[in-house]
Amino acid sequence: MENPQSIPSYYTYQPPAEISRLRRLLHPLGAPFRAVRRRADRWLFQLHGAETGSIVLAQRRIFILPSRYGMSYVIALLLMLTGSINYSLSLGFVLTFLLAALGVNSILHTFRNLARLRISPGRAEPVFCGEQAQFTLIFDNPGALDRFSIGVTRDSKNDVYLDVPARQSASVHVPIPAERRGLLRPGRLTVFTRFPLGLCHAWAYADLDMRCVVYPRPEAAVVPLPQPETHNGLGIAHGAGQEDFAGLRAYHPGDSPRHIAWKAAARDQGLLTKQFSGRADTELWIDWRATPASLGSEGRLSRLARWVIDAHAAAISFGLRLPGLTLPPAPGDAQRDRCLEALAQFEGGQANDARDDR
Amino acid sequence: MRATTDRLHPAHVGWLLVALALVTAPHVERLPWWITLLVGTLLAWRAYITWHALQLPPKWLLFLIAGGAVGGIYIQYGRLLGRDSGVALLVIMLTLKLLEMSSLRDAMVLVFLCYFLVITDFLYSQTIPTALYLLLVVWVITASLIGFQLRLRQPGYRYQFRSAGMLLLQSVPLMLVLFVLFPRVPGPLWGLPQDATASVTGLSDEMSPGSVSKLITSDAIALRATFSTGVPPAGQLYWRGPVMWDFDGYTWTASRDPGQRHREAQYSGAPTEYTVTVEPNSRRWLFALDLPTRAPPPARLTADFQILSPSAVSNRLRYDMTSYPNWIDNTPLTPAEMQRALALPPRSNPRTAALAASMRNQATDERAYVAAVLAKFRNENFYYTTTPPPLNVNPVDEFLFSTRAGFCEHYASSFAVLMRAGGIPARIVTGYQGGEINNVGNYLTVRQADAHAWTEVWLKNEGWVRVDPTAAVSPSRVEAGVAAAVPQGETLPLQLRGEYPWLRRARMTWDTMAYSWNQIVLEYTQDRQRQFMQRVGIDNATWQSLATLMFMLAVGVTLVVGALMLWRLRTQRPDPLSAAYARFCATLAQRGLARLPSEGPLDFCRRAGAARPDLRERIDAISTLYMRLRYGATATADETRELLARVKAFRI
Repeated sequence: MENPQSIPSYYTYQPPAEISRLRRLLHPLGAPFRAVRRRADRWLFQLHGAETGSIVLAQRRIFILPSRYGMSYVIALLLMLTGSINYSLSLGFVLTFLLAALGVNSILHTFRNLARLRISPGRAEPVFCGEQAQFTLIFDNPGALDRFSIGVTRDSKNDVYLDVPARQSASVHVPIPAERRGLLRPGRLTVFTRFPLGLCHAWAYADLDMRCVVYPRPEAAVVPLPQPETHNGLGIAHGAGQEDFAGLRAYHPGDSPRHIAWKAAARDQGLLTKQFSGRADTELWIDWRATPASLGSEGRLSRLARWVIDAHAAAISFGLRLPGLTLPPAPGDAQRDRCLEALAQFEGGQANDARDDR
Repeated sequence: MRATTDRLHPAHVGWLLVALALVTAPHVERLPWWITLLVGTLLAWRAYITWHALQLPPKWLLFLIAGGAVGGIYIQYGRLLGRDSGVALLVIMLTLKLLEMSSLRDAMVLVFLCYFLVITDFLYSQTIPTALYLLLVVWVITASLIGFQLRLRQPGYRYQFRSAGMLLLQSVPLMLVLFVLFPRVPGPLWGLPQDATASVTGLSDEMSPGSVSKLITSDAIALRATFSTGVPPAGQLYWRGPVMWDFDGYTWTASRDPGQRHREAQYSGAPTEYTVTVEPNSRRWLFALDLPTRAPPPARLTADFQILSPSAVSNRLRYDMTSYPNWIDNTPLTPAEMQRALALPPRSNPRTAALAASMRNQATDERAYVAAVLAKFRNENFYYTTTPPPLNVNPVDEFLFSTRAGFCEHYASSFAVLMRAGGIPARIVTGYQGGEINNVGNYLTVRQADAHAWTEVWLKNEGWVRVDPTAAVSPSRVEAGVAAAVPQGETLPLQLRGEYPWLRRARMTWDTMAYSWNQIVLEYTQDRQRQFMQRVGIDNATWQSLATLMFMLAVGVTLVVGALMLWRLRTQRPDPLSAAYARFCATLAQRGLARLPSEGPLDFCRRAGAARPDLRERIDAISTLYMRLRYGATATADETRELLARVKAFRI
């Protein structure tokens, strides 16, 4: 079970909300205690880093505690019990005990709402830095019971919910802000439910091996494309591929604002991008060396990304040169994605916790 | 897929409105009209706001209403923390909270308060219908709780009701364990508010003309009795209650603190053994048949054989009694007792005094005088009626000489006055007479309408002797009950009227159920718990042993329920078709021909056929059949059987 490589990632883990309160309380007891706690948590919550493939929420993975509402419920029941004793209300006892049994029952039901669900990693489309990455989780319910209101969250602030009908699958998109270029992992997600009564909070950790490519944020300023190289040494065609208007296509994120057909947008036709025909024999090299070092490496990558997008929008055949990597010129979406991914992965992603394993 | 988690859905508000209206409904008959009106208006207002998606009212307005309501309640009840005022306060506050509620969190709190409000209904009534009604209410509240947790799809109210019902049903076993084994302590833990128990109609410690006859319209049950020695004849069913010695010319009064028993009665004949369950009556009297031998502890027997509980009977009480219908109480009266039993206020009822003097002179002895007075009642035109004319200054004079129509208290009072005026010590005994035998449950039901008043006179050689002057006027009152005795057309509770036999039987069955309900559920007190434990073989159950047993059983029951619930989670067995095909693939896999995860049946069939030309025909047949059965439009049971047979025969 112990996976030594993934242990360091553990230390940045976020305790579940229920535990952080306790932890705050115990904080003054000092570091030795926290170290023990960490070990205890790791043992108790089985935190061993990302798991490949899908996971099944077996009994050992599901944890359950009374929710805040559960606490209020207990207090209400204690009041009712006191009242029943004081007034010798037999039916008061019956009601109090029925509700107490209902509370105990809801533990079982809440637990059952998560149990035996299979969670598989789904696709995560590449995004630009600064956008929200959408990680798709696929939930499989092999049993004969509908599962309702299953939540997925990473930071217990933003949660998404899904229902998984009996013997069916359902998927949910977990939005995670992509703050750094490179590979984004969702880290440990919490799958939780409070169904059916909201009195208990059952949760399980899903640390799936998922990643989303985060492209560099394209530079916002309009920077002219570098000089294209032409075959046969002909150095004409200034800004080729940007002059012969060829038609409109639907807007894709990352398209240059310059190419958006604002008149069409004003006519409520939605965002359209103008396409220009370039000359097929024009080869544009998008080169790391063409960017000024004053931008810093991330700034240079931003500019390169801008160029890749613009060149793609202009339907030019373009290539990418990075230190240690050369992608030969080609036109089209695949080339664009290849180039952007190369930029994303440049030097293993953005520095400063670049490989964020949380 | 993104859901706003804590927004309140209009359906949630609808559920809460219904739940709150249902839980408040039983209180309506007890709440002052203005509170009912206010609550109704507020609920309607909230419904209107929700329906039209309007803004909630401003906080200051709600505070204003709350302040006004608190003031109104204080004026109405004179306090805020009593039972009735507390309930009124709770109802108002809950309704106002509904108007302020904007988040799911508020809604959850409201639901818990609704549960709490259910218990306040039990303060007033714990009958079977109340229990059933409130169970329904709990069902609705739980269903709304489930609705709050449905974040995405709303599968509809049917689903909510079904789930809530299932949850509640699954909770019943654990509830029973807790109910039976939770160690009972005798309440109250602290002083109850003054109005903690409902004021009930019943006998009082005073008797004036009209005070007993007003009870005739009440069908409320006073007590029930189960006889282990057989039900005595109706003429012996005198349930002894307050005994009154003091007369001010109009009203008879029982002494606040009757003396301790210092007299011994001589009992003879066969004893009557029975168990009495007396309903709460806010008075201290416990009732027993004439004449009880002892009082059930901690109650005590007084010198005039009243049974007094140390405090007002505020809960239903059950006690075993032994009485003897034949008794003699001839311990000589003390001078003080003699004086009290003969006292008459001066100058009151002068004509009665004169009549007594003349009749006493004509009678040879005390017995003859008693007989003469009874004969006067019987032979002259006295009427027995539940609606006697009102009497004023000298009620006995007026009754004897002018109105001559009265209920038992008129006869008892005037008889006692005639006795005292004639020099015979006399006192009034009030209580109940008769009762209805329930053939279904085989017990006797005594209602408030059976309230009665009679007299006891002190005869020199015999001691205290019971004389019931009403019996002289209307013998059927004693023999057949009040319904037979009063003229047709007078007000009587439904229960006492003659009726169809089937209706009577249904009513008795119902009353038997209520009686069992009272005994089994409502009076499950510390003593009964100990008795029950003894019956299942646990002697001397302490609260520790009860708590331990309760805990163990609770865990056991929860495990069983949990196991049954998780059983439903088990993965469905694959259908025979898939199982057969899986077996086929497994057989090939043993020979190194494993089907790849990416391989469909057709691809696999081709590859396997190419790899093992010797098996090709059989592989083709099985695969083709499987594919047709799996993906084809029709599949017959015969074909499925064929596939199973082929797979079974497929050996390499």
